[in-house]
This record gives sequence, structure tokens and C-alpha cells, in this order.
Amino acid sequence: MVPLSHFLILNAILFSLSMAGIFLNRKNVIILLMAIELMLLAVNMNFIAFSRYLDDPAGQVFVFFVLTVAAAEAAIGLAILVVVFRSRRTINVAELDELRG
Amino acid sequence: MIETVYLSIVIAPLLGALIAGLLHRQVGRRGAQWAALLGVGLSCVLSFYVLYRFVFLDQPDFNGNVYTWMAVDGYGFYVGFLVDHLTALMIAVVTFVSLMVHIYTIAYMADDPGYQRFFSYIALFTFSMLMLVMANNFLQLFFGWEAVGLVSYLLIGFWYKRPTAIAANLKAFIVNRVGDFGFLLGIAAVLAYFGTLSYAEVFAGAPIVAGETMEIIPGRPSGVITVICLLLFVGAMAKSAQIPLHVWLPDSMEGPTPISALIHAATMVTAGIFMVARMSPLFEFSETARVVVLVIGAMTASFMGLVGIVQNDIKRVIAYSTISQLGYMTVALGASAYAGAIFHLVTHAFFKALLFLAAGSVIIALHHEQDMRKMGGLRKLMPVTYWTFLIGALALIGFPGLSGYFSKDAIIEAAHLSNQHYSNAVYWTILSSVFVTALYTFRMVFMTFHGEPRMDDKILSHVRESPAVITVPLLMLAILSVIVGAIVAGPLLFERWFGDSIFVLAQNDVLTQMGLGWHGPLAFVLHAIRNPAFYFMLAGVFTAWVFYIWKPELPGVIAKRLSLFYRILVNKYGFDELYQNVIVRGSVGLGRFAWRYGDQALIDDGLVNGAARVVKQASASVRRIQTGYLFQYAFAMILGLVALLSVFVVWQVYGV
Amino acid sequence: MTFEQIIFYWFAAVLTASAVTVITVRNPVHAALFLVLCFFTSAGLWLLLEAEFLALTLVLVYVGAVMVLFLFVVMMLDINVEQLKQGFVRYLPVGALVAVVVMIELLVVVAGPNFGVERFGPPVKHDADYSNTAELGYTLYTDYVYPFEIAGVILLVAIIAAILLTLRKRPKTRYQNPSEQVQVRKEDRLRIIKMDSEPPTEGR
Repeated sequence: MVPLSHFLILNAILFSLSMAGIFLNRKNVIILLMAIELMLLAVNMNFIAFSRYLDDPAGQVFVFFVLTVAAAEAAIGLAILVVVFRSRRTINVAELDELRG
Repeated sequence: MIETVYLSIVIAPLLGALIAGLLHRQVGRRGAQWAALLGVGLSCVLSFYVLYRFVFLDQPDFNGNVYTWMAVDGYGFYVGFLVDHLTALMIAVVTFVSLMVHIYTIAYMADDPGYQRFFSYIALFTFSMLMLVMANNFLQLFFGWEAVGLVSYLLIGFWYKRPTAIAANLKAFIVNRVGDFGFLLGIAAVLAYFGTLSYAEVFAGAPIVAGETMEIIPGRPSGVITVICLLLFVGAMAKSAQIPLHVWLPDSMEGPTPISALIHAATMVTAGIFMVARMSPLFEFSETARVVVLVIGAMTASFMGLVGIVQNDIKRVIAYSTISQLGYMTVALGASAYAGAIFHLVTHAFFKALLFLAAGSVIIALHHEQDMRKMGGLRKLMPVTYWTFLIGALALIGFPGLSGYFSKDAIIEAAHLSNQHYSNAVYWTILSSVFVTALYTFRMVFMTFHGEPRMDDKILSHVRESPAVITVPLLMLAILSVIVGAIVAGPLLFERWFGDSIFVLAQNDVLTQMGLGWHGPLAFVLHAIRNPAFYFMLAGVFTAWVFYIWKPELPGVIAKRLSLFYRILVNKYGFDELYQNVIVRGSVGLGRFAWRYGDQALIDDGLVNGAARVVKQASASVRRIQTGYLFQYAFAMILGLVALLSVFVVWQVYGV
Repeated sequence: MTFEQIIFYWFAAVLTASAVTVITVRNPVHAALFLVLCFFTSAGLWLLLEAEFLALTLVLVYVGAVMVLFLFVVMMLDINVEQLKQGFVRYLPVGALVAVVVMIELLVVVAGPNFGVERFGPPVKHDADYSNTAELGYTLYTDYVYPFEIAGVILLVAIIAAILLTLRKRPKTRYQNPSEQVQVRKEDRLRIIKMDSEPPTEGR
């Protein structure tokens, strides 16, 4: 059987990669959203691994909720993206500086 | 029963003051006058009844609290009265002089629009002074102390439309604040070290506290009692016009003359003397404090007398004479002859009130002319005033047989017998001051009543003897000025009439030592022949006669020859200029400095506007961080997360 | 090496590789497709962890719905890929540094003696008739029933929000108005007018 630490290390790597992804793809909002999905995936896998090794279904319940919220987030995020593109004809983050004080 | 009498003595003048002051419209001029007069008159009669009981019926002392003002942290503050021999004598003197002044005021202030106000003030003053002398604790003493100061302020500025009067009352008030500062600190020290403000308990504790020391300057321990006594004496210096806090008293002559008589000669200014005498159980335990008192008194007695020689305003001459005589009393206090100080206080109250009221009589007759250079030759025109004034003058210079002779001679002799430090120098100083006293007093007599009249013919033709309301108080005071000394000298000075009211350590008891040579008043008077003071006095009178009757041109020549000395005296040693230039200008400069640099520069520019400026500049620079780029905000969040995680790892995992 | 380990390492390798591809590839369509691969491999790993329900949900919900949505949006929007990739190299060192630091820190926490991973022994083998779905459902509808309902509300809000955001009124579009249609009366549609009868005309 694979030990728990292997799963944790895998998820740590996955989390770090997605964090790097946010830095690298700073201009492309779509890939930013994808990186966030990856992060959530890493977290979810941690939950499931602990749930399995502690024999407690509560961890899986949390994954369930995370999936729900992530789906909602993706839907709204993409909707916002569509609206932004419709009005600005771009999704380049570098050109979206309306929040500047 | 007797408690009711004590309470009535205090309350009656207060009622008079309230009626005359608050209801002045309803009761009118006559009503206010009678309210004040009856209040003070009742108080006076009862005071003499109390004095009578103390003298002849062996009345026991009364010491009791009437009302608990407040209780804070275990300390009780009470309104309470202590009536013993000292108090009985003081209330009799205060109410009697006050009554005489009330009667006199009826004529003196007859034309004044502030008639009711004046009566209200002087009745209120009587109440305040009675509270002061009848107090049985320091807090009530302080109340009376401040109340007389307040009334004094009101009365010096009674003619509030005169700028000089306003300046004078402000000066009196401020100089007295300096003294009050010390006085209050002294009371605070008493509370701190004795844990009570009651006289009886403090005096009982004095021998115990006497050994304790405190460090005001680190490393230099000083006796607690000494510190307390010196602080209290600072208050006495301001109230009793001792150098260097005397400057307000001559200026206070801006007030109406009855007030000069009542407050600035007979009663309020003696509050300091009374206070020190009352505190004799404390002062006896501080050698240092008594030396300071002795030296200050001697300096005041001689220096201020000299200034009196060059003054031309009749009231100012008497004012400087008052300061000088207060200096004598202070010397007596310093020499542990507390009874002598009180004795001189009593005699001085009578003859100085007499001199002031007689001077007021002259001033009224000359239509408010106070300059002695415009008087002269009034002896025939105002015989009653002249003779009473002469009696007052003789009493003041200590002419044998009159009251001043007994009291002043006792003080000089006390200084002579005292074994304090500097007592020898003090003895010679005050002995020579007898000459000065005689000189300025008779200069005043001669300039005012002798020689050729120097006023306008128009005024001269109107000069009349004053009415009875003025001459009756003069006569009564004159009688007392003559007889009171001979009557009370023996019991007061040598027969320990004060009993436990005044406490003197055996080794300081100069009066008892002096009492060994006491063979009754008559012998004392005859003794004058062998007394140097007598010849000093005669020399003073003779000099005055030479200068102002025989050869009137001499003073001008001498003033020219000794112009430096003359200028010093005319400028009163420059105290006023010193205070004006150093303290007043210094305060104004300090205030201006604080305003410009403290308020404008530091608070306004630095703190108020500075805070706004810092916020503005900081936000201008922080504003650039807000780029509006979402990814930069995300970076910031991630970096923050990394930092937090690092801290967590370092702390928790490696336990640093 | 047991069969399970082989599966784990294989999936882990594919997952890591595809995750790297997701964050580095230029084309967003490719990124989305590699993300789909990530989800599939993750689902495989979750099956290994005996979370069958969630593994299937991941495939159905994420791959079937969310990723399709992503692809849809990517394709719908006309994106200038070159422009969006600018600054990639410039930020590479910073991103790599942050990633490495976070990874090291996470590993320090997770691995080693600090976390106490060794306390977790091998998991309990379930019986043959064990149902992960039933277990999850039981927990969800008892202990977590209120959060579950809140999650439902969140999804509803997300639906409404997404529709509202993207809803656009086009000027030329014709709409039905059902309420008007229902409330229509005879008079609105039919007008009877009186007119004189005319004789039929012939031949025209």
C-alpha cells in the first residue's frame, strides 16, 4: 500500500506548481483560473487521502463542498470573463487597470 | 449655650453681607448699611462677651467640629471652631476695628454709588477674617485665608473704573497667589506627614514628627517641620507683606481709606502673624525656620521704614509704616516671643486703624487730596482729627506710656535677649528703625498739620472738622491706643495669659526671662529713661522737626547730596521694576515662546497639520502601489502566504 | 513493487507532467485539454483511495461541465495568444523561486518528524459490500445537512449570477410575452366592422 506521505508530497508538488502557474501566466485570466482549479485539486486530494487513512468520511464531505463552490466559482468567473471581453475586446490583465486609484 | 454665641459671632456678619449684597435693591442704602452694621455690631458685642468670659470667668477652650465638609480616603475635612485665649483676643480686635470702620464708612462713602456693595464687602470681610482666626483646622484656615484675599481684591479694586485700582488689585491678588502656593504646599505637607489637618492633632504630633527628615534636594535631608514651617511662612510673607512679597501693600492704597484701615493695617495683613503664632507648636521645633522669620522680619522692618521717609502720599507713608510694623511682629515671632507679636498686633491694629481713619478724615476734608505737599496747617482747622492723629503717631513711634511703647519695646527687648543666630544684628537693626519710624511719622504729622497751608484757597475755605460718625470712631480708637498697652502688657506678655494657645520651648522663652524685670506698667514707663530706644525715638522726632518745621529747605539739600540713596528709596529698592522686568516680562516672554514654538510650531504645524501632511505624503506614495492590476494583488497575497508559512515553519517546526 | 504502487507512481507522474504542461503551454486550448488529463489522472488516484463517488463526480462535473465551459469560453473569445504570453520568461525565476520555497516548506511540514505522518498506518480494508456512495450520502444528509443545503443555495446563486452577467438584450430580437399571450381577449385580436354589402364583380 502507498504510504500517506507519498500522497502529501504529490499534493505539495501540485500545489506549488499551480502557484508558480499564477506567477507565470499573470496576463491570461483563463489559465489563471485553471491554475486555481489545479490548486483546489491538490487540496481535495489531500482531504481524500486523510479521509482514507483516518477512515473518516467527513474529509470526503468537504471535498464535495469544495467541488460545489469551485464549480460555482468557475461558472461566475467565466461569465465575468465573457462580459469583460465583450466590453473591452481583450482578456489581457495588463490592460485591465480600472481599479487603479 | 456658649457654642451658639461662637456660631453667632461668625454667622452675623455673613448674614449682614448677604443682605447688603444680594438684596441691595430691596433694602436700599440705609437697609444695607444697617444690615451690615447690626451684623458686625452683634458680632462685636458677642466677641467682647467671649473675651470677658475668658478674662474673668476662666472660660475653658472650645474645640469642635460643626460640619463634616467631606471625607476622602480616611481623611476628614471639617468646618470647625477653636476658641481659646488667642482666638478670643483676635475676634475682639477684629470685630471692634471692623465695627469702627463700619461706622466711619457711613460718612466716608456717603456719596459713593457703590454704598451697598461696600458694606456687603466689609461685612463679608469680617466674616472671612473670623473664619480664619476661629478655624480649628488648616483647611478652614485656608478658606478664611483665601476669602480675605478675595475680599481684599474686591475692595482694592472697589473703584473699578480707575485703571490704577485695577492694576493694584491684580497685583495684590497675584502676589498673594505666590504666597498661597507656598501655604498650600505647607498644608499638603502637614496632611502628608501628620495625616490630619486638625490643629490639636497636628500640634500633639509635632514632637514626634520633629525628628523626621525629608529630601527635597536629593542627598540633602531637611527637617520635615522646617520645610512645613518655611512653606507656611511663605504664605504669611505674602499676606503680611514681608520682603520680598510686600509689593502689593503700598499699591493697595488705591482702595477706599476705610479699607486701608480695616484690611491693610489692622486685620487681614496680620493674618500671617496670627497664623505663625497659632503654629507656634510647629515653629518651636524648627530653629532654621525661626531664623528665617527673624531675618526677614528685621529686613522688612528697617528697609520699608526707610522708604516711608520719601513718600509724599499720606496713605502710602502709613502703608510703608504698616509693612515696617509687620516686620517688627515678624521679628517677635522669630525670637519666639509669639505673645509679643500678638500684643503688637493688637496695639498696632488700634493705632494704625486710628492713623488711617484720621488720614481719611483729612483726605475727605481736602476733597480726596492725598499728597502731603498740598497739606499743612490743619491743626487748628481739624482739632479732633489732629489730636487723635497725634496720639496714633505717638503710639506708633512708641512714646512711653502709649500702647505702642509697650509692645514695640517688648519686641526689641525680645530680640536683645534671644539667643538665635543673627539676633544681635537684628536687635540693632530694629533699634535703629525706631529712629526711622519716628522720623517718617512726625514728618507726616508736621507736613499735614503744622506749618503753612499749601493747598488752594478754594479748598482751604471749605476745610471743616469731620462729622461725628468719623470723629467718634477716631476718639474710641484713640482711647484704646492710649490705654490698651498699659492694661494688657503684663498679663499678655509675662503672665502666660494665652496659656496653651501658644507653645514655647523653655530654652527659647525670652518673655519669661524678660518678665523677671517686670514690675508693672508704671515702672516700665519710667524705665524708658534708661532705654536706648527712647533716645532713638526722640532723635527721630527732633530730626523731623528740624527738617520740616525749623529748616524746611534741608531735606531737598540732603536729597541732592545723597541722590543715589534718595533715588533708591524713591524707587523702593527697585522691587517693582525687578518684578516687572524679570518675572512679568519673563512670563510674557515665556508665554510668547510657548505660543510661538509650543502652540504654533509644535502643536499646530507639527502635530495637527503635520499629521495631515504625513498622511497626505504617505498616501501619495502608497497610492502608487495600487496599480489596479489584479495579478499584482494576487502576487501580494501569495507572497504574504509564503511569508506566513515561513514564519510558521520556522517557529513551530524548528521551535526558534 | 505492488500493483497499487505501480498505479500510484504512474498516475502521479502523469499528473505532475500534465500540471507542468498546463502552466507552461502557450495555447489555452491545450492548457484546458491537459487540465482535463490532470483531472482524469486525479480521478484514478482517488479511486485508489477508495473514494469512488468523488472520483466519478470529478470526471462528470469537472471534465464534463467545468472544463467544457472553459473550452467553450476559450474558443468563443478571440484571444491573442502571443500577447498574453509576454513576460513569461521574465517572471519565470520569481515564480520558480516562490514555488520552490512553498514546496520546501510544505514538505518540511508534511514530511519528517514534524507532522507525525508515521502515525498513520495502512488504511483499513473495507468489506466487499462496502459502498462509498452510501457512506458519503449518510454523512452528508445527517451531520452536514445544513452545509449541504447552503451549498445548494450557492449553486443556485451561481447559476443566476452567470445568466445575469452574460444576458444581453439584442435590439432586433423578438420576444414572446407569455403573460400578455395568456391574458389576450377576443377584442384584441378580432375587429368586426360594419360595411355595406357589395355586389360581386365579375371578370376581374
